[in-house]
This record gives sequence, C-alpha cells and structure tokens, in this order.
Amino acid sequence: MSSAPAAIEVTGLRKSYGTLEALRGISFSVRRGEVFGLLGPNGAGKTTTVEILEGYRERGGGSVAVLGEDPERRSRELRARVGIVLQSCGIYRHLTVHEVLSHWAGLYPRPRPVAEVLEVVGLTDKADERTRRLSGGQRRRLDLGLALVGDPELIFLDEPTTGFDPAARRNAWDTVRSLRDLGKTILLTTHYLDEAQALADQVAIIKDGRILAQGSPQELGGGEGERYTVSYVDGAGRRVEHRTLDPTSLLHELTGQALARGQRLHKLSVTRPSLEEVYLELTGEHAAGSETAMEMGPLERATEAGGPPATTDPDSPTRVTADA
Amino acid sequence: MPDALALGWRQYRLERRMFWRNPAAAFFNFLLPLSLLALLGAVASGHQRDLNIIVPGIAGMSVMTTTFIALAHNMTALREDGVLKRIRGTPLPTGAYLGALAANAVTNAAVQVSIVVVAGKLFFGLSWPKDWLELIVFVAAGVVCFASLGVALSHAIPNSESAPVIVNAVFLPVILISGVFFDPKHAPGFLRDIAQALPLKHVIDGLSAAMVTGRGLGDHLSALAVIGLWSVAGIVLAVRGFSWEGHRS
Repeated sequence: MSSAPAAIEVTGLRKSYGTLEALRGISFSVRRGEVFGLLGPNGAGKTTTVEILEGYRERGGGSVAVLGEDPERRSRELRARVGIVLQSCGIYRHLTVHEVLSHWAGLYPRPRPVAEVLEVVGLTDKADERTRRLSGGQRRRLDLGLALVGDPELIFLDEPTTGFDPAARRNAWDTVRSLRDLGKTILLTTHYLDEAQALADQVAIIKDGRILAQGSPQELGGGEGERYTVSYVDGAGRRVEHRTLDPTSLLHELTGQALARGQRLHKLSVTRPSLEEVYLELTGEHAAGSETAMEMGPLERATEAGGPPATTDPDSPTRVTADA
Repeated sequence: MPDALALGWRQYRLERRMFWRNPAAAFFNFLLPLSLLALLGAVASGHQRDLNIIVPGIAGMSVMTTTFIALAHNMTALREDGVLKRIRGTPLPTGAYLGALAANAVTNAAVQVSIVVVAGKLFFGLSWPKDWLELIVFVAAGVVCFASLGVALSHAIPNSESAPVIVNAVFLPVILISGVFFDPKHAPGFLRDIAQALPLKHVIDGLSAAMVTGRGLGDHLSALAVIGLWSVAGIVLAVRGFSWEGHRS
C-alpha cells in the first residue's frame, strides 16, 4: 500500500433525485497513478458519481476528497488539476480544432503544447478543420484533447468509447494506457466489461447506487481459490458443466471415466471465471441470457469494506445441466 | 495563474471571432436591421416625419436583436449543446465567462446603433444626435434590460430547434406595437396600452429624444423607470433559472 494520499477518497456517498435514490452510500478510493474503472449497467449511478467528483453535482451525504479537496467548493485550483471528458458535449462549431485547443490551453496555468496534444489524440491532420466537420470518433478524440490540454493530474472519462467501432476503441484504449504511463490518475466509467478488464487496475462494480464488488480484474475474476468451469458434450449430445476449485483432479476423474467407457468428451474446455461472469452474476444482467449462466452458483457479495469477494463453499457440488 | 480579467478578455475575443464566423448570427444581428433600415428608409425617402420615426425605431430594434434575440438563442444553444457544462469544468471563472458573453452582445449593440446613427445622418436627413449622454443612457438601459430578459427567456426554451419560434413569437409583436416602423399614435388604444407596459417603446422614445427631438433625460424618467422595472425582473429571472446543463443530458 502506498503511503501517498489517495487521488480520490469517497466514503458513504449518497445522492437522491427526488424520491429516487441514485447513490446509496458508496465508498472507494483511487490511488495516484492508477486507472480505476466504475463498471455497471446504464442507470447504475456511474455518471452521478463522477459528476459529484467533478464538482457538477452536490452530494446528498458522505464525504468526498478529490486531490485532497472537496469538489463541491469548485476551486479554480482544483479545476486546473483535473481533466474532464463528459459523456456527450458540444463544442464551438465554427472554430478549428487547433483554435479550440489553444483557447482551452489558455484557460489553464500550465498547459501542454497544443501540437503535442494533437499528436496524443491523433488529430494532427485535422488541426485546421472546423469542429463541425469532424466525425463522431474524431469529436470524442477532441473531447479527450480538451481534457488533456491543461495537463491535469487526474482525468475523468465518462464512457469514453461508447459508440466507437472496434478499431477506434483499441486506439482509445492505447491512449488511456499512454496516459497512465505518463503518471496520470484516471477514473473511467464504462458498461463494457472488456474495457474495464483491459484498462483498469482496480474495478468497482456498481448497480442501483451500490458497489457490489471491488478489486483488481484478476481478483474479481477469482483470485485465490477461483472456481474453474469444465464443460463438455457427452455421448447423448448433452452439454455438461462442472464447477470446481481443483480442475486437475476433476479432469483426471472425468477423462478416466470416459476412457473406461470408451467415450470421448466432445468440446472439452476448462475456463477460469472471467470478470464478465462475476459482473453478470452480480448485476443480474444475465437474466435474459442462457440457461447455463442462470445455473452458475451464487457468487459472494463484496464485504462492506469493499474488498475482493472471498470465495467460500469450496466443496460446492458440481452441477450437470442440459442445454435446451 | 492568469487573472480573471485576462481570461475574460480572452474569452471575449473568441466570442467575437465566432460571431463573424456564424452566418446566421451575423445576419440576424447586423444585416436584418440594417437592410430594414435601408428598405424603409428608401420607401419613406423624402418624408422626414416618417424617417424621424423609423431611424430611432430601428436603433431601438437593434438594441433588442443584438441582446435579447442573440442571448436567448445563444444561451439556449450553449446550454443544450453542452458547451456551458464543458466550460464549467475548466478553471475559467464564471464571472469572466458570463461577462465575456455579455460584452460580446454589448459590442454588437454599440456597433449597430452607431451604424444606424451614422446612416441617419448621411442618408436619412437626421442631424447628429442632439443629446449624446441621453443616447448612451438609453442604449445602456436597453442593453441591460433586453440582455437579462433574453437570458431569462432562454430558460423557458426547451431546445435549440424551438428557439427561433419562441423568440420570434415574443419579438415580432413587440416591435410591431412599439413604434419601430410607424408612429404608434395611429395604433388602437389597447395596443398602445400594451406597448406602454413593455420596455421597447420606452427605449425607442428615449432614443428618439436623443436623436431627433432633443428633449432631455428629465422628460423621460418614467420611461427609464419602466425599463428599470423590466431589468430587475429580467435579472432576477435570469439568475434564478440559470442552468449549466441541458434538458437532454
């Protein structure tokens, strides 16, 4: 554990809109230099959380410190140290990319050179283009450029790749990684699992205003005592799935039996639980999914402190399910 | 850190540049009143009594277009497009930003009224304004009044698409009954009463006195009072309803 103060410290954060409780007491902390992912379905409370941290909304309760300051005070000093990429935000349509960026640079005490920012977000070719002529993806890159030009220590990215094509997503991911390499702290929200898995050092899964689980993607995916899924199709064409903490001996047993019967285990696979499974399990998003997903054992909820889920019940019985 | 004034000045220069790059803004703020002046002036050419009404009328209308219309449109668009929200996330102080927006509108009003005054002298048989102070006082009062009312109206406009409809639904009847194009003495009594209660007629009366009749400020204190009341209402509504975020987000 680093002794440096956290970049973001959130304790018992609450927020209501009328009778709707958007945040029901969430706590997490983001260390300096890490990429923290707030992962959850639409309406989970992700944007409300970041907008409180950005100083756009007042909290209902709890305490919040961003770079050691209360964002509700909206001090200029704090705003100069933070870069914000909002979900959808217009920009001056009649100005060129370069004009907008250099204007923004002038609003900050220690801006980065505009040419450098254009390079980082890949808009050098478009520097003299009016912003209204940019494509959707290019506009998102300009959004990022505007958030970077003040050379912030902390960057908020609210659903940075929603609506991107796969190639553009990869590019955006590379940009986020390069920002981390520069030592920036990044808080990103996403409803894409692969994005959280690919980018985040720490992930908090949020739903209905509560944090359901928290930890590194590896920890959330299982960590100590992770349960493997062994599946195959048996002689009758049925798909069989087993959960186990000890795949080695289970495989030995299964293959031994099969060989003894002179059968083959078709489509045999051994998979580690992914962040995706944990996510689907916790958020209930799999409800409309396959039956096999429904059959997965209950996963442990995060503790109040928000640590990684500890696996219990190591001897849970294996299940056999039939595919419809 | 650059101070608020320098940042406001920077923002003001950007607003000026954007104004000239936006054809719609340039049209509504400059070409429309000036072409109306040219057109009506040509029609009334030779009839000095009509010209004496039209020139100050267009000057008053210019104050309203450059502030009321421009700000009602712009504040709606900036809010709904998310520009206001984005600006709010930067270190640009709120006062510097809003000050720059206001200064942009004031610049347009000043330039426009100056053009009308010069055109009145050169083409439409008016002398130079007889009371410069009165001219400045009424332009300033009109700017404050219509700017705040424009911002206040923007709060009631749900999106950019409906802005022109709502703004013109207010603007067109007001200029028609307030004596921009004709002497309101000939209008029906109830329309005159409505016009008396609205600020534009009083701005035009003041401008007319400054530019044509030479009747001093002292004769127009009640006009200033009406403009002042509307200003107070406009400022209260503009501040209370202000939102940095659009309805869509």
